[in-house]
Amino acid sequence: MSGFRFLARRLAQGVLILWMVSSATFILMHLAPGGPSMLADPKLGPVERAAIEARLGLDLPLPAQYVAWHRNLLKGDLGQSYLYQTPAGSTVLARVPNTLLLAGSALLVSVLLAVPLGIRAGLRPGRPFDRLMEFVSVGALSLPTFWYGIVLIMIFAAMGHLLPAGGTATPGLEGSMVDRIRHLILPVAVLSLPIAGELFRYVRSGIEAMAHAPHIPAARAKGLTEGAITRRHLLRNALLPLVTVIGLQAPMLVGGAAITETVFSWPGMGRLGVEAALGRDYPVVMATTLAVAAAVVAGNVVLDLLYRWIDPRVRIE
Amino acid sequence: MKLAAVPLPVVMLGCLLAFAWAGPLMHHVDPDAMDLRHIASPSSLGHPLGTDESGRDVLARLMAGGRVSLAVGTVATAVALVLGTLVGALAGWRGGWVDGLLMRVTDAAMAVPVLFAALAVLSIFGSSPPLLIGLIGATSWMGIARLVRAEVAVLRHSDFVMAARALGRPDAAIVLRHLLPQLLPVLTVAASVGVAYAILTESALSYLGLGVQPPRASWGNMLTGAQASLYTAPRLAIWPGVMILLTTLSCNGLGRWLRRKTGWHE
Repeated sequence: MSGFRFLARRLAQGVLILWMVSSATFILMHLAPGGPSMLADPKLGPVERAAIEARLGLDLPLPAQYVAWHRNLLKGDLGQSYLYQTPAGSTVLARVPNTLLLAGSALLVSVLLAVPLGIRAGLRPGRPFDRLMEFVSVGALSLPTFWYGIVLIMIFAAMGHLLPAGGTATPGLEGSMVDRIRHLILPVAVLSLPIAGELFRYVRSGIEAMAHAPHIPAARAKGLTEGAITRRHLLRNALLPLVTVIGLQAPMLVGGAAITETVFSWPGMGRLGVEAALGRDYPVVMATTLAVAAAVVAGNVVLDLLYRWIDPRVRIE
Repeated sequence: MKLAAVPLPVVMLGCLLAFAWAGPLMHHVDPDAMDLRHIASPSSLGHPLGTDESGRDVLARLMAGGRVSLAVGTVATAVALVLGTLVGALAGWRGGWVDGLLMRVTDAAMAVPVLFAALAVLSIFGSSPPLLIGLIGATSWMGIARLVRAEVAVLRHSDFVMAARALGRPDAAIVLRHLLPQLLPVLTVAASVGVAYAILTESALSYLGLGVQPPRASWGNMLTGAQASLYTAPRLAIWPGVMILLTTLSCNGLGRWLRRKTGWHE
């Protein structure tokens, strides 16, 4: 399949998923007790609500409303946040950089942890190091992240006074790089652990499976040293699928980011979504849900393209 | 069965179940009763683990929270098992376009960020344990569907299925009577790991304030209160987390043990 057709197909799939998500949010709003005008502001009286319903076109038949909802969506109009009195779409977008910084750093740290540990464990399956890492990875996946975050705050902030307990910067030190990193350490430690645990298992089993592939004894018979076999024939093949696996972690990463941001009062998109949900600020809840879905879809398309680019075999299919 | 043959995770799960359901028989304290003269007090005879920031007995709340978490986790996993087995068996058995369609739906469902979907649904309808169970179940069936589909697609061509067909058995009967029993080892492993996932999701949502609602205790929402008094009474943040961790470790440990026992690999 040519690169262009592949991209077109993946983009079409992405649009289809986003359309499903936006339709689901539309249905959800109309199932809400009190109807969609409750979503505008529950504190309004009946007269004002009737006026809003007429203005939003909620007196129109459902199919017309459905079309209007998507037209507004395409224009970027997701309604007005009534907690912040700002447009919901731009309120969410303003928080995206903070979430990207946190999620990006956490993903980087988890890859840097999982790959070397996974290679070491997978090359010698069943040895003490492999057994230990198996236990550690099960532990990482069993740990409730929010509790782990609270424990870290307790140790490093409340008792040790070594690191800040939350936020993105110390007042007065906003431009300082060192201060930024100090604020990132604990949230990244929390968010990266379960992702690292998950990635580790893929790396480990990928390496172990690849060690039995027919081209490895062939390389050995050719007289290559073990080190050269590992580097040239094993790692490249075993690590390539990791690109796709990282894409599969995207929902877990954004969900984990929402929890981590709440634990550490990190002003990102996830915490905004949680606060909006608690405050029944529905336009913002809908906007975050759509933004996260779009980010996950876009991330997976980018990773698919990357995979095609680094692995020539995929291009032929 | 010899006592030594019982694996540690099973023993631990047994202890946790006994703690949550039989514990109140020995510790008669109302988990919701507030004692405003004893707020965040340390251990005492009446309150072995002390009281929380509202003067409620921590031990009694741990037991009550355990009942909620374990029940929600188990029932949600049962929902996911039924959904996943239905979708997977249908896709694997029918093949063709049914398989293609169901697997595309499964892929799409896997890409949905569960937490954000939950935020939207819970903020609109308000939280209740049945809704939580439905939400967690409806967002965790995909892995099971894939496993079941793969197994059914292979078993479909086996001799015993052909024999049953030749005898004129209807499809539904073959799937239910002949295929499902073969899937049991896979499903038990998936179930034990699934309970851990469900409990983690429930407790995270409860911590965020969108799951089990106070005053009803859950391990997750006990930590919300504890974080607020982290500097004055840090010990309140320890126990609920330890309980969650013990439960998820036991479930995942049981999954690993079952996997080894049944010789099944992913």
